[in-house]
Amino acid sequence: MKSKRASFEDALEALGVTVSSTAESDLEAAVTEAVTEPAVGIALDKTAGDEAFSLTGTPVTVDPTPVALREATTGVTGAELGIGDYGSLVLSMTEEASELLSLFVERHVAILHEEDIQPDMDAAVAELDERFNETGGSAIIATGPSATADMGALVKGAHGPKEVHVIIVEEGA
Amino acid sequence: MATADELRELMRTEGAAVAENTQGFNTGRYDSVADLGDYEELKQAARSIKEDAIEELPDLLDQLTETVEANRGTVYIADDAADANDYIRDVVDERAADRVVKSKSMTSEEIEVNEALEADGVDVVETDLGEWVLQVADEAPSHIVAPAIHKSRESIAELFNERFEPDEPLETAEELTRFARKKLGEQIIDAEVGITGANFVTADTGTMALVTSEGNARKTVAATDTHVAVAGVEKVIPTVGDLHPFIELIGRSGTGQDITSYVSLLTPPVDTPVVDFTDDETPLSEFDSDRDFHLVLIDNGRLEMRDDEQLRETLYCIRCSACSNSCANFQSVGGHAFGGETYSGGIATGWEAGIEGLDVAEEFNDLCTGCTRCVNACPVGIDIPWINTVVRDRINRDKDAPGEWLVDGLTPDEEDDGAPLQKRFFGNFETVAKLGSATAPVSNWLADTTVAQQAMALILGIDPRRDLPTFERETLVDWAAARDSQVTNPERRAVLYPDLYTNHVQVERGKAAVKVLESLGVDVVVPPVPSSGRAPLSQGMVATATDHAERVTEALEPHIADGRDVVVIEPSDHAMFTREYERLLDESSFTDIAENSYEVFEYVFGLLDNGGSVESLSTVTGAEIAYHSHCQQRTLGLEAHTVAVLEECGYDVVTSDVECCGMAGSFGYKSDYYELSMDVGDRLRTQLEDDGVQDRPVVASGTSCLEQIDALLERQPRHPIELLAT
Repeated sequence: MKSKRASFEDALEALGVTVSSTAESDLEAAVTEAVTEPAVGIALDKTAGDEAFSLTGTPVTVDPTPVALREATTGVTGAELGIGDYGSLVLSMTEEASELLSLFVERHVAILHEEDIQPDMDAAVAELDERFNETGGSAIIATGPSATADMGALVKGAHGPKEVHVIIVEEGA
Repeated sequence: MATADELRELMRTEGAAVAENTQGFNTGRYDSVADLGDYEELKQAARSIKEDAIEELPDLLDQLTETVEANRGTVYIADDAADANDYIRDVVDERAADRVVKSKSMTSEEIEVNEALEADGVDVVETDLGEWVLQVADEAPSHIVAPAIHKSRESIAELFNERFEPDEPLETAEELTRFARKKLGEQIIDAEVGITGANFVTADTGTMALVTSEGNARKTVAATDTHVAVAGVEKVIPTVGDLHPFIELIGRSGTGQDITSYVSLLTPPVDTPVVDFTDDETPLSEFDSDRDFHLVLIDNGRLEMRDDEQLRETLYCIRCSACSNSCANFQSVGGHAFGGETYSGGIATGWEAGIEGLDVAEEFNDLCTGCTRCVNACPVGIDIPWINTVVRDRINRDKDAPGEWLVDGLTPDEEDDGAPLQKRFFGNFETVAKLGSATAPVSNWLADTTVAQQAMALILGIDPRRDLPTFERETLVDWAAARDSQVTNPERRAVLYPDLYTNHVQVERGKAAVKVLESLGVDVVVPPVPSSGRAPLSQGMVATATDHAERVTEALEPHIADGRDVVVIEPSDHAMFTREYERLLDESSFTDIAENSYEVFEYVFGLLDNGGSVESLSTVTGAEIAYHSHCQQRTLGLEAHTVAVLEECGYDVVTSDVECCGMAGSFGYKSDYYELSMDVGDRLRTQLEDDGVQDRPVVASGTSCLEQIDALLERQPRHPIELLAT
């Protein structure tokens, strides 16, 4: 039986999504390495509820203007959950425009706490069911890059990002 | 009804692209569902959620309305297309919108909202790349999920190069996609109103699920401040938790992906700020998120369908397109022939009959041959062939009674007088076969004459290019009656069901079956039993089929009571006994016959498995053979038994994996469909002529498969039971 993290990483690899992992203390370095500039992002304490998830010290412009967003190559946001069997990320939709930052870019870098990896879709939907019923809300289950086959062959990067990179922040490291 | 010429033209122009893409989806589907350990459980869960939701629909609609309003959105339940469009036009007008961006939605195709808004001078832009291609080409979708499936990359490139005259001509899929992304991206950020569909809407929280891959639905919602979601009333399910089986199944069933790139779970109005994309000073978070949300739920005949015992199941449909992809005829002609004003493929008959009317459904209903390959593919277990049969029956009855002079006497059941002449001929084929055998060989000689063929072509629409069945003078029942049982101290006792073809035409396979069963210690009788009713059922003559079912049960019941098993050679008849009879008979009669019936190889497999000796059969050492199973046999999971028995008898077996041979009973005889039938058959022919297969003798289980393969190949096929008889 594979661990949920191993299964998550295998699924990401099959989707063509790259992964890196880091201790919380080295997150800035991991983000710096993962982005292609120009990069924009959202202060992660807003999405991941963790003060330590700061992007100061990285080349990421936090809370950019709309024009800066359109000119950026990379968008950095947190991810609420990972889903082990599919390699999916659950992305929230915040007032800080996390939806725009993960969608209107060529490359999306998602930062995910290792403990937020759920084993499977059933568990993830159960958690969303609970959250939506308590506080309402919206979320995107994003699996791999945006894609289309409408032009006669599979092409990555239709309207959304062409590349996705996941940074897993390891527990207790 | 599409004419033979129209079908031929579509096969020529769109067939190749449709076939390649649908077959790709199917391969993906087979691989993807094989990875799901609990596929059948998920399907059962999905069906049960939809069953309950449609049952509780009025209450769920009330609950949803309350929830959405509590979320500061608006719900409008529209009676019909005009009502829905009026509402949407008002919203767009109030917003003073010049441009509306739309993500793909079949329901909005159904109401033709683009035309309504364009009449008001609004610029409506489709953002799904396939839909956009069609908008540029001014064509209609040909598939529920992949609307431009009928267009090749080359034809899209040609279209874009002509229309947009780019600096460098576009050629590759990558170039075409980049071009569309850029062009549409600019239009999306410039729009005021976004229209989406909704795959599911949950009554508990007012959350809608949108299943997409491109990200255009996300952009359509995020970049505009007014969101109109258009969905049929049947899309409501009780809770967010209920989304689980659908999320697992919808992508797999449709395009064969484990999951699509994005499943948006939106509880509008969403918190994403509405930004001015030209602003270079204000940070994103400082824009506010004032958003309007309108959920337009459309009845348009659905609530009447809910009250219609037969069409009700259509409302369980989640528009995944598995029925289109798994349909051999759809693979050849696509949704421009196999579809109505909006919906296409197998389930389209139910939709179009419900929302448009029988006349629209009639245009393509006959393209369903009842092969049932879609039944197992459907993630909510809708019996799509049954819906098609019911609609065919209603269409028959809707017609003025045709001239009755020719087939009078062939129609035992007055209730089916409404069916057109051709349908009544095929539906009453039992009478033809009886006459044929009684007068053979004269009947065979007569049917072979040019005069007779021309008459049949003219009056009955039978294609002269098809060889007609050759009737045997001595039927299987007569042969068996004149013969003593060869078994003393039998292990088991059985009735071999003398189906129409085995009894009158393929008598040899019947004799072989008797001998094989006897070799394995079974005492066999072959009493006269009426034909199963498959033929009239295929023609939509449900009352006649029911009459057959009742008479068959009556004839077999004493044998079953006497402890005999019912063994059936013809898979389409076995499927009648174990599947369709449930619709035609009372529960206990159905259970009685269904539980005691076995397809002949299923029975032989069981006998061998229970200690029967393979040595008593004709065996070989490694002889190569090619086997084509029958559609309905595959649906029932019975292909494996034949393969296993043949292998146990020493054969090296390869099997075909095309969905269908294309003949499907009477379908291939009809002039209108002969060429389509042969086009479908061509895919089977290709497999049977592949390297390593081309020299193998061919065996096939179904009567119509045997006839089709006989027409396709030089090698004459046989029923596999004939290999086993000593």
